[in-house]
Amino acid sequence: MRFLFKTSYEQDIALAKHGGQRFWYGALLAALLLAPWIFPEYWLAQISFVLIYSIAGLGLMLLAGFTGQVSIGHAAFMGVGAYTQAVLTGMGWPFPVALAAATALSALIGVVVSVPALRVKGIYLGIATLAFGFIVEEVFARWESVTGGNAGIHFKAPNLFGWKLDTSESFYYLCLVLCVAITLGVLNLLRSPTGRAFVAIRDSEISAQSMGIHLAWFKGLAFAISAAVVGVAGALYGHKMGFISPDQFSLLQSVELLLLVVVGGLGFVHGAFLGAIFIISMPQIIALAKDFLPPAIGQAAGLQGMVFGIVLVVFVLFEPMGLYGRWLKVRTWFQLFPFYRKGMFKRQKSFTKSDRLK
Amino acid sequence: MQFLQLVISGIAQGCIYGLIALGFVLIYKATETVSFVQGDLMMLGAFLGLGAVTALGMPFWIAVLSAVLAMGVFGLLLERLLIRPILGQPQFTIVMLTIGIGYIVRGVITMIPNIGTETHTLPVPYKDMVWNLAGLIVSIEHVVIIASTAILCALLYAMFRYSTIGIAMQATSQNQLAAYYMGIPVKRLNGLVWALASAVAALAGLLLAPITFVHVNLGYIGLKAFPAAVVGGFGSLPGAIIGGLIIGVVESLSGFYLPDGFKDIAPYLVVLAMLWFKPNGLFGEKLRKKV
Repeated sequence: MRFLFKTSYEQDIALAKHGGQRFWYGALLAALLLAPWIFPEYWLAQISFVLIYSIAGLGLMLLAGFTGQVSIGHAAFMGVGAYTQAVLTGMGWPFPVALAAATALSALIGVVVSVPALRVKGIYLGIATLAFGFIVEEVFARWESVTGGNAGIHFKAPNLFGWKLDTSESFYYLCLVLCVAITLGVLNLLRSPTGRAFVAIRDSEISAQSMGIHLAWFKGLAFAISAAVVGVAGALYGHKMGFISPDQFSLLQSVELLLLVVVGGLGFVHGAFLGAIFIISMPQIIALAKDFLPPAIGQAAGLQGMVFGIVLVVFVLFEPMGLYGRWLKVRTWFQLFPFYRKGMFKRQKSFTKSDRLK
Repeated sequence: MQFLQLVISGIAQGCIYGLIALGFVLIYKATETVSFVQGDLMMLGAFLGLGAVTALGMPFWIAVLSAVLAMGVFGLLLERLLIRPILGQPQFTIVMLTIGIGYIVRGVITMIPNIGTETHTLPVPYKDMVWNLAGLIVSIEHVVIIASTAILCALLYAMFRYSTIGIAMQATSQNQLAAYYMGIPVKRLNGLVWALASAVAALAGLLLAPITFVHVNLGYIGLKAFPAAVVGGFGSLPGAIIGGLIIGVVESLSGFYLPDGFKDIAPYLVVLAMLWFKPNGLFGEKLRKKV
């Protein structure tokens, strides 16, 4: 077992806590940098999707996992990012400028959504974001002069001031760079006073308020940052797909993002990545498993939805900290061997706290 | 005349929203949890009724009764097996759990060969009958929906007002701990509330079936019951029905008078406006937490 003796404040807030972390994250980064030479093109595309969904997951994690604000309409921000990117790159804007504009617009809309969110909480917030998601989807479908309506809109390859990223490898690197940058940004945010204010709001709004945290400002900020990050993911998603239509940003996509953060582990940055890997690999695993199942089950249309549902229920019931929580348990088991106790990660039960009082 | 016609069909649709919203509110009042599975329970109820009529050959009214009862038992089991173990966790956990249950229910129905992927008509005795009321043409299906909702509301009102169980449920919803100290079996009541909510959802599904058709995605109609519940104030039973009626009428009128596309999002625009101006809803209670 490793014991860390913290001797300075810099050590306390360092991103990599010890040499082991530096080594493994360095190795991961090296593997990702070398991925185009290691993996065939199909797998590279899947890794790109994982990176894109990780960005989206990080955005939602910041809001749902760290600020405690549930959003059931986050696909709408993805859609805003994707459509803005499509329209602006279609007009010939270079990729970074269009991406900045898409991010800014998503953030702006995030702020607009957060206005009712500042007055309501809990389930009301969920319903407000749900309603917002439906409205945005309808706008995408109806504003045909800009969005192309239900027929959708095509993407051009990203254009970095004349350098066209039209190969699978170059786009992969673009995703990787953005993903690493955003991850570092989120980690940095979380160790700053702002990030700590988010966590304080999640744990108790009343005590956060008593500590002098301006709830409205920080909730609005959380919505804006989350929407901006998800907007970036949306723009990349659009480029990767090459084509977007309103039904890609429906309620199902929002639920998929929620599934991502819950299965990955709510309240952990790692959770966003594990969740993204899960979301991307699950359909593939189901497709592989189909061959081994009796045709009555394997060929049925509802299989994937049902498996997603079962996974969600199982995780909520038995593994509330998600995949990352499972990893923590396994790691602790080995670190403490043979002193691991069963109740170490037990959830605390409380009597139903009333949300009707606020 | 056209206006009245629209209002009547809106009210009929609104009754369905109201019934589903009633399920949300019952569960919310009892356990402070929000069930996203209500719409899918409605779909399941409609499919059970369909199965009872077509596969088992039951007479319509007995089929309705048995489908509603079966869904009541299903709700009881759902609460006992899945919801109760995680009560006391943050609300979000249970929201995700019910979304997951909804996925499973939809998946299971879709996987039934030759039935799950098709749309069906529920054969009802009052199919396609209309009622000519001095130039106002009212379809019996709408009348049945409105009348059943009214009767159900009266029954529920009587139950909550006069029966011991109803009063115990009210006590539990006001203060769970105090009710428990008074000897009310809170856990068993929560189970009963889920049973009641599922049965009401099944009834809503069976009432809706003649108008729409029975298919797997029937449950998405349940999402429009959220605006209904919010408009009525999330914790109020009469509010749920009235909210449902408002949403139904707004939807029906906006479908006719406003441009295309507004019909689908009108309920959500209403709910956003409501949350913006009057977050507690029309009949919501205003309480402040004491620190």
